[in-house]
Amino acid sequence: MRQKSHKVLAVGAICALAAVVAGCGSSSSSSSSVPGVTSTSITFGTHQPLTGPAAPGYSEIAPASQAFFDYLNAQGGINGRKINLIIKNDEYNPAKTVTVTHELVLNDNVFGIFEGLGTPTHTKVVGYLNSSKVPDMFVASGCPCWDNGTAQPYTFGWQPNYTIEGKILGQYIKEHFAGKKVGVFYQDDDFGMGGLAGIKDEVPASQIVSTQAYQPGGTNVAPQISAIKAAGAEVLVDFTVPIYTALGQLTSFTLGYKPQLVVSNVGIDPITVGGLLKTFSKGKAGTELIEGAITDGYLPSSSDSSNPWIALFRKVHSQYDSSAPFDGNVEYGMANAYTLAQSLELAGKNLTREDLVNAVNSMGSKLTGPGLVPFRYSTTVHGGYSGVEMGQVRNGQIVLFGGPLVTEPTAGTPITPYTIAQPAPPASGVSVP
Amino acid sequence: MNSALARMRLPGNSLARSLLVVLAAGLILFLLSEELGAFNDLQLANGAYYFAALAGLTVLTGLSGQISLGHGALMAVGAYTVALLIGDEHWALVPALLAAVLVTSLVGIAVGAAASRLRGPYLAGATLAFAIGLPALAEQYPDTLGGANGLVINPPTPPSWLGANFPLERWEAWIACIGALVVLFVMNNLVHSGTGRAFRAVRDDEIAASLCGLHVGRVQTVAFIASAACAGLAGGLLTVVLQLAAPGAFELALSLSLLTAIVLGGLGSLVGAVWGAALLVLLPTWTNDLTRSFSLSTNVSNNLPLAIYGFVLIAAMLLWPGGIQAGVRAVFSRLRPSRVTGGT
Repeated sequence: MRQKSHKVLAVGAICALAAVVAGCGSSSSSSSSVPGVTSTSITFGTHQPLTGPAAPGYSEIAPASQAFFDYLNAQGGINGRKINLIIKNDEYNPAKTVTVTHELVLNDNVFGIFEGLGTPTHTKVVGYLNSSKVPDMFVASGCPCWDNGTAQPYTFGWQPNYTIEGKILGQYIKEHFAGKKVGVFYQDDDFGMGGLAGIKDEVPASQIVSTQAYQPGGTNVAPQISAIKAAGAEVLVDFTVPIYTALGQLTSFTLGYKPQLVVSNVGIDPITVGGLLKTFSKGKAGTELIEGAITDGYLPSSSDSSNPWIALFRKVHSQYDSSAPFDGNVEYGMANAYTLAQSLELAGKNLTREDLVNAVNSMGSKLTGPGLVPFRYSTTVHGGYSGVEMGQVRNGQIVLFGGPLVTEPTAGTPITPYTIAQPAPPASGVSVP
Repeated sequence: MNSALARMRLPGNSLARSLLVVLAAGLILFLLSEELGAFNDLQLANGAYYFAALAGLTVLTGLSGQISLGHGALMAVGAYTVALLIGDEHWALVPALLAAVLVTSLVGIAVGAAASRLRGPYLAGATLAFAIGLPALAEQYPDTLGGANGLVINPPTPPSWLGANFPLERWEAWIACIGALVVLFVMNNLVHSGTGRAFRAVRDDEIAASLCGLHVGRVQTVAFIASAACAGLAGGLLTVVLQLAAPGAFELALSLSLLTAIVLGGLGSLVGAVWGAALLVLLPTWTNDLTRSFSLSTNVSNNLPLAIYGFVLIAAMLLWPGGIQAGVRAVFSRLRPSRVTGGT
C-alpha cells in the first residue's frame, strides 16, 4: 500500500515540477522581433572570469566596458539606444561558459554576446552562437580560431591574432637576440599554441631549445621553468595569462634563473602582474621581476598620459569605474566598447542581428579609434587588429617603441611598418567613417 | 479517491507497475517539452541528467547506507567515455551512452570493492579523494583528454522526420529524459526487488544481515556498481547536452551539491531525487534572476546565489528534516484520513 501511494506521489511530483517549469516558460517568452532591442535600449551579454585563475586583472575588463557604455548612454546612447551589458561569471571554466552563454541567449534574450573572454572558454560556445545566428562581437582573446568569416560568420575577434603577435615578437627575437637559445612557456590551448606558431614562423628552429606548456588552474610551474632553464634558454618567451607570468617569474627567481623575458601583451600589464607578484611573495617582490621585459601593444600604453585617448579613458574611468585601478585591462575594456559602439552606429537605427554583422564586414577595416593599427575585417576575415608595436617594461610601465608593424597570420607573409597616425577621439560619442 | 483509483488500475505485478509509472512520466515529460521554450527545454535536459545521477546516489546512500562524495568523478568517467567515443571514434549516441554505463560500472566495481571495506568518515574520505583526484587525470594527459580545455563533441542532430526547424534544445531534452526514465525504471525495480531489500537489511544492521546469509561486502559493492552506472549515464548525458567534457564541469562542488540535493529532496526516495534535480536546476536560475532584479553590485550578486542556496538548505533541514519528499508525504497523510471519512 505504501508502495502504491509512492507511485501516485511520483506522478504528482512530476506534474508539480511540470507546472513550475511551464510557469517560467510563459514568462520569459518574448514577442519582439529582434531579441534584446527596444526603441531606447540594446542589451548585450558577456561571460567573464570574475573569479578563478584568470580573474586577476581580467575581471576589470567588462566593468570598464560597462563604464564606457555609461559614458555614451549619458550622451543619449547610440542611434538613440542606451547600451546595456549583462556580465556573467564563468570563472574561466569552459563548462560554466556553456551554461551562462545559453542563459544569456535563451533566458536574458540578449541581442548578442560582446567581449566573451578567453580562448579555452569561448571556443566552446562559438559553434552554438553561430548556429543560433547570435552576433558574437569582439571576443576578448587573440585566438586565430575566431578569424574565419566563412565558417563562423557571426564571430569577430578584436585584439591581434596571437599568431600575428607571435610573428612580430619572433622577428624582434631573430633580429635582436640572434643566435641566443630561446625557451617558450605557453598555455596549453589555442592561445599558447597560436603564439608558439607565430614564434616558430620567425625564429629559426635550431634556436628554440625548449617549449613547455601549462594547464590553467594549477599553481606549480616549477617543472616547466626548470626544464627551460635546464635546456639553457637565454630568452624566455611567455604566452601566459597574468597569473602565470607572475608564477613563472617567481619560480625563475627562486631557481636563480635570469633570462631575457619576452611576454605576450595579454600577460604583462605591469599593474596586474606587479600586484600578483607582491601578493604571491607577501610583499617581497614586485614589478622589478618583469623590469626590462620585451612585449608589444596595439593600443597606446595606459601610462602614456599625453595620449588623448588615454586622457578620455581616464576621464570616463574616474567618473564611472573609479573603484578599479586604471591599467591596461581597463583601457582594453573601454577601447573594445568604443569599437562596439562604432559598429552599432554603422549598423543604423533599424537594427537586426545581420545588420551589425554586415556593418563590420563591410566597414570594419575602415574604423579608426584608440588602436595604433587598422582592423583586418572583411566578409571572410574576422580577425581584429592587424599588428602591434614593440614595447618594453621600463620603470614599471610599458613604453612602446619603433612604430606600429602589421602583417597577416599566414606563414611567410612579410611584416611591414604602418605609418598613418592615430586620430584624436571625438569630443563626444563615437566617430565613424 | 485518487489513491483508491490508482490502486484499482495499477497492475499487481511490480515490473508492469513500474513500466506504467515510467510511461505516464514519459508522457508528461513529452507534453512538457513541447510546451516549453528553448531555455526551459535546456533546463529540463539538465534536470534529467541530474536526476539520473541523484537516483543512483539516493539508492546508495539512502538504502544501502554508504556515503559517496565521489559521484562527480563517476559522472566524469561517463562524460569522457562519451566524448572520446563520439568525438574521436565517431560512435553513434546510444552505443556511446551504453559504453559510458559499462565503463563507469567497471570503475564502480573497483571503487565499490574498496568502499565496502570502509565505514563512515573513512568512506567519505576515500570517495572525496576520488572526486578530487580523478578529474586531475585530464590535465595529466592533455593529448588524449584535452587538459583543462576539455573535449568537444558536435551537438546531436534531431532526426530529419522531426522537421528542419525542430529545436536542438528540445531534442537534447528528449534524449536526457529518455535516459532519466530508463534510470527511473531500473532503479524503481531494483529498490522493490530482493536486492533492494538486501540493501536495506545491510544498512539497518550489518550483523543481522550477515546472520540472514547476506554477504555484506558483496551487497554493498552491488549497490555501488548500480549507483556508478547511473552516474556514468548521467555524465554521458551531460556531455551530450553541454557538448563538452572538461574537468571544470566535475569540480568537487558537483559531488557535494549532488549529496545536498538528495538530502534536500528526501534520502532514499526516487521521488526525492526528482525534487533534488529540480532544485539543482531551478534554484540557481531563480536566485540569479532575484539578484539581478535588485541591481546589486557585482561582488554581492556573485555570491548571493550561493548564500541563498545555503539559506534554503538550512531552512529545509529545519522544516523537513527528512527532505522535501518527507514534507510532501506528511501533508498527504494529514489529508488522507479526512478524505476517507468524507467518502464513506
